[in-house]
Amino acid sequence: MTVNMWKAADVARKVIDNKELFILDVRNADAFEDWKIEGHQFDYLNIPYFELLDGVEEILPRIPTDKDVLVVCAKEGSSVMVAEMLSDAGLTVGYLEGGMKSWSMYLEPIKVGDLADGGELYQFVRLGKGCLSYMVVSGDEAAIIDAVRFTEVFTKFAEEKNITIKHVFDTHLHADHISGGRAIAAATGATYYLPPKDAEEVVYDYTPLEDGLTVKVGTSQINVGAVYSPGHTIGSTSFVVDGKYLLTGDILFIDSIGRPDLAGLAEDWVADLRESLYVRYRALAEDLIVCPAHFMIIDELNEDGTVAKRLGDLFAENHGLNVEDEKVFRSMVTDNLPPQPHAYQEIRHVNMGKIMPTDEEQTEMEIGPNRCAVR
Amino acid sequence: MNITKTLDAKGLACPMPIVRTKKAIDTIQSGEILEVLTTDKGSLNDIKAWSAAGGHTVLEQKEEAGVLYFYIQKA
Repeated sequence: MTVNMWKAADVARKVIDNKELFILDVRNADAFEDWKIEGHQFDYLNIPYFELLDGVEEILPRIPTDKDVLVVCAKEGSSVMVAEMLSDAGLTVGYLEGGMKSWSMYLEPIKVGDLADGGELYQFVRLGKGCLSYMVVSGDEAAIIDAVRFTEVFTKFAEEKNITIKHVFDTHLHADHISGGRAIAAATGATYYLPPKDAEEVVYDYTPLEDGLTVKVGTSQINVGAVYSPGHTIGSTSFVVDGKYLLTGDILFIDSIGRPDLAGLAEDWVADLRESLYVRYRALAEDLIVCPAHFMIIDELNEDGTVAKRLGDLFAENHGLNVEDEKVFRSMVTDNLPPQPHAYQEIRHVNMGKIMPTDEEQTEMEIGPNRCAVR
Repeated sequence: MNITKTLDAKGLACPMPIVRTKKAIDTIQSGEILEVLTTDKGSLNDIKAWSAAGGHTVLEQKEEAGVLYFYIQKA
């Protein structure tokens, strides 16, 4: 029958629209266990392509004929081969163009909500990696928070809206993905901000992002205000946007909290993490909508594909905000942590400006889930 | 090490290194050794996993100047 080429955007639509999909993942078992395309209603079969070289007859009974079937591999080649074999056997299937690499890179901009005087807040959802970036739009200006390295997605978005990017922030020195912040600032003339406590080793110029710093965006002067909230890193800083949204970076997620160990100082930073979550955030308005820099599991997505929830609801429901005993909390965030993100040391060095890998090397570094949370 | 056959799969992208490796191993006898050269990083895990699945033994692997070398003893 037929082989269709799917783009990462097509798969993203299936995730966001809550549709069914059957994924035949032909990477080896370790790679599949570690990281796969997550969907609310996705079913999976993992058979490495090299077990199918003699034919696909044995797996045919396990492949449904009443829903879309997508063959996925690391880069594309093996999925094309297997898809063609299935097609020869009479099935209509798709393969993912660019494989898991392209899935890791895909960004979907989704509007989170309106701000004062026609302003808007957008979330750029990187479904494959669980990274969330933000753009505050007001009048003819924009501010960007925690941009991933696909800078053109942001600059084109701004061009299409005819707005100028004025401020670019990183809430902290990221360890799981390569920041696009500096590159966007360089391309647009915007100011690039980074918390100085995370920037001791960086080799480029930046504007210090200090507690209480406020910038105004656009004619309606939407406030983007910094709240120092250390714990994931010592510099980690949150933002309150328009008195309505709380951008928490990697300190607080929807169904988990930040891990303190990625810069090697878990023991030292536990108290900071607890203070940020249990004292500083407690002092904020419960009606703020929390917008984190990551999601870990697909259940954290709202129906429209955004990742955002009322702070008061998180105080009630997020396990990490409800550990009364400090010792239990300390043990939770320092013992039995999940594995660290792939290549996180190198990624930190890229974000410090110390090394400048090629695009392909950057793609390799970022393969895999983000793993910035403790659940 | 007594190499029976050498497969040069340099420059080939996944899945071809494995496809060629399988074909090459089919041409040698049990206990003989196949040398595989590839530049595809994905081969690192895939050749190990493919060999294990077929009962073959990866006697040695190394990387020199961006080329991966595998020495596979046929089951």
